Amino acid sequence: MNNRLQRMSALIRKEFIQIRRDPSSLLIAFVLPVILLFLYGFGVSLDAKEVKIGVTLQDPGKEGNGLAAAFLASPYFRARISHDEGLLEQELVAGRLRGLVVIPENFSRLVEKGGGAARLQVIADGSEANTANYVQNYAQGVVNTWWAMHQRDHGLPSQKGVQLMTRIWFNPELTSRNSLLPGALAIIMAIIGTLLTALVVAREWERGTMEALMATPVAISELIIGKLLPYFILGMLAMLGSVAISVTLFDLPFRGSLPALLLSSGAFLLAALGQGLLISSAAKNQFIAAMVALITGFLPAFLLSGFIFEIASMPPMVRALTHIIPARYLVTNLQTLFLVGDVWSLLLPNVGILLLLAAVLFFLTARKTVKRLR
Amino acid sequence: MADDSLVIKGLSYSYGAHLVPALAELSATIRPGIVTGLVGPDGAGKTTLMRLMTALLLPTSGRLTVFGLDTGTSADQLHEIIGYMPQKFGLYEDLSVIQNLRLYADLRNVPESGRQQLFARLLAFTGLESFQKRLAGRLSGGMKQKLGLACALIRKPRLLLLDEPSVGVDPVSRRELWRMVQELVDKETAVIWSTAYLDEAELCQEVLLLDGGRLLFAGPPGQLTERVADRCFLVQGISGNRRQVLARALQLQEVQDGIVQGQNVRIVLRAGQNQPTLSLLNAGADAYLTPVPPRFEDAYVDALGGGPGGNSALAAAMAPLPNDQAITVEAKGLTKRFGDFIAAQDVSFAIRRGEIFGLLGPNGAGKSTTFKMMCGLLWPTSGTGRVVGLDLQQAPGQARSHLGYMAQKFSLYGDLSVRQNLDFFSGIYGLAGARQKETVTRMIDIFGLHPHLSDSAKDLPLGFKQRLALACSVMHEPAVLFLDEPTSGVDPLTRREFWTHINGLVEHGVTVLVTTHFMDEAEYCDRIGLVYRGRMIATGPPDELKSQAQSPQIPYPTLEEAFIALLQQWDASHEELPS
Repeated sequence: MNNRLQRMSALIRKEFIQIRRDPSSLLIAFVLPVILLFLYGFGVSLDAKEVKIGVTLQDPGKEGNGLAAAFLASPYFRARISHDEGLLEQELVAGRLRGLVVIPENFSRLVEKGGGAARLQVIADGSEANTANYVQNYAQGVVNTWWAMHQRDHGLPSQKGVQLMTRIWFNPELTSRNSLLPGALAIIMAIIGTLLTALVVAREWERGTMEALMATPVAISELIIGKLLPYFILGMLAMLGSVAISVTLFDLPFRGSLPALLLSSGAFLLAALGQGLLISSAAKNQFIAAMVALITGFLPAFLLSGFIFEIASMPPMVRALTHIIPARYLVTNLQTLFLVGDVWSLLLPNVGILLLLAAVLFFLTARKTVKRLR
Repeated sequence: MADDSLVIKGLSYSYGAHLVPALAELSATIRPGIVTGLVGPDGAGKTTLMRLMTALLLPTSGRLTVFGLDTGTSADQLHEIIGYMPQKFGLYEDLSVIQNLRLYADLRNVPESGRQQLFARLLAFTGLESFQKRLAGRLSGGMKQKLGLACALIRKPRLLLLDEPSVGVDPVSRRELWRMVQELVDKETAVIWSTAYLDEAELCQEVLLLDGGRLLFAGPPGQLTERVADRCFLVQGISGNRRQVLARALQLQEVQDGIVQGQNVRIVLRAGQNQPTLSLLNAGADAYLTPVPPRFEDAYVDALGGGPGGNSALAAAMAPLPNDQAITVEAKGLTKRFGDFIAAQDVSFAIRRGEIFGLLGPNGAGKSTTFKMMCGLLWPTSGTGRVVGLDLQQAPGQARSHLGYMAQKFSLYGDLSVRQNLDFFSGIYGLAGARQKETVTRMIDIFGLHPHLSDSAKDLPLGFKQRLALACSVMHEPAVLFLDEPTSGVDPLTRREFWTHINGLVEHGVTVLVTTHFMDEAEYCDRIGLVYRGRMIATGPPDELKSQAQSPQIPYPTLEEAFIALLQQWDASHEELPS
């Protein structure tokens, strides 16, 4: 046993020396996370502000002008007003406008009659579905506000039907950054766990050091642990650093607890490392290892984790596939920890699934790796 | 008996069910207390056999036991007692020398106590004391090899396996390694040394000669050499062209094998044949045959069925160049600095048409730097290089169109097939239409590439890769041919074939600049430039260099001995100067 320990700690020490000397590992572990965080913190935003729209004002009356003015004043839109429908339509077709609000000729007249019969047309550019939704919803909001004001100014009771009192929980300002950054953390850990691990093992094959190691008394389990532990520690360090940056620099709230964070990311990292080791047991050169790691690790973490694309709106087949993507569980847990808090009833099952995935991957790795060259 | 040696019984190994077995029905016994050489041409199965001995591969059939341990069932115990140095030395390049030693000491559970003495002893043994902190990746080839050996020896192994430890390592380092291994061998240790260098094999107490996965010979090398006793002769006193004499000799029915040796030609007769009629060689009136002691290489080529003939179809198909003795390649004061480091300093030489000029020198001496400057691939800091009168700095494109270049590393497209590579390279050299087609077909015939035409170049055996590389570099019939270590790692048979072509081309007026580690190869050169520490320290025909190195200790030095002596002389004369 003592011998095993000696060999294992030698392998781990060696790995740390290599990490320190190899700029590419340090780059992946510490520089890449910062770049990704800055990209998602500053660069990417799913919020639409100042959507460019056109307002075609065919109505010369007072109410029509008032509504047009309300569109001009809205912080969500940058509106251009024209009386010529054809002109603005051309602009929409050319992609310089994302939507068009048409206030028809008889608008003022119908509003003065009581408003019930007044109609507006909203045209949205569906080629960008997300923005089209914004145009539709924001336009609705502008009209509602305008209508309420109008009623009050005329001393009329606002027509009440069912009234919606919307409150947004967890992320009241609906800042997309707050849900993107936790997702970016998952990506970072997927890269370190899967890509870096697959690369360093493939490098040992390429340089012939694996062959030399295998001819020593080192056992396979020692080799695996000798790779696992250093990159586990590296991944956790990168994660803690990224969380620190997110919280201090990007004002991301962190409502959960540190143990819950360590537990979730630790479980994920095990699964990611398992995947990396499994890849490297099959791919013995760095190029193939990198390709396989990107396709099976990074891309699914990016596309299928619910980080950017809502899992619930994926087709059933793809949705089923997301269940075996470890990043999916981490994204959920991280978003919960940052925005909500320690919801153990949600966190624990996810941690359980991650550990299960990790166990399966390690089992496969151990079965595939024997102390032989082929 | 079985428990104190390595026993191979009916061993076969195949990398795939449909493939030709890499090893077939091998049986042998390897004793401790001696160095056993593992020799054979490229692809003979040497590395496969090594890996089977380390239990990193398991036999397809048959058995292999090492001191009573079966590789199939006792791999763990086996790994406790072997030291293995794979072809790439198995070193961690981003760990320092001492860190590599520590790692392997830990992996083999060398106790902490006494470790300092052990490291000190190994470092002294390998001469690496002053490089302890240097990263292994920054060591020269020779030093890497010694460190690799030190790591394999960290816990005195009972079986030491060295897989081609001397490939790409200069003769000085090779000798030192050999001396170290000799010092190690004691009654308990078995050492297996696989090598492409037959002079090394000759020094082993026993050899296993493999060819195509079969064992051709097992026993003391002298026993194999005996087979060609009385069949080896030197043609001396040649007044004509020694390369033409060799070509004519190889045409004769009686001659099995032949090479150029300085001013002479060495021939080996077929078994049971009489001496050839000298007049057929047209070697001049003063030529005479001297029986010489056989060498292992003579026997080796004989055992493998003889070398290729002396006629080069490649040269025959080529239009002869004018025989004008013009200087076609010229270096004048070539100097290259990388920062503070001077890789080449004031290197000058001139090569005439139809001459073979060899650049010789230890690793890192500046051969490759000089070579790359002459190809126009590297810009000199000062000095000029000219090819067929064209300045490489002023008209690099034009100059390069007159030269053929075969790089040391395989530089063809690995993912293209053999045919596609030929088509591509003939295309970039400006051949088109019927002429291109005709040239490609000729190359395929000459180099016997037919069976491999649709194979990816990267999957070819090494010998065929080299053939293809040579084919690609001569398709445009260059006046000047640059060859960088053309036969490094290639077996002697392929090397002979190469030199048949090179000799043939030279006879047609092609100028050849070649770098090499192989002293045999250097013997073919008309003149040799010895490069050491960035300078050209000696130039002259091989025989002249040999006589320069003559001393009372070595009255008749071989080229290798001359090489080493000249380097030592230079070191001695420069140590006295304050640097």
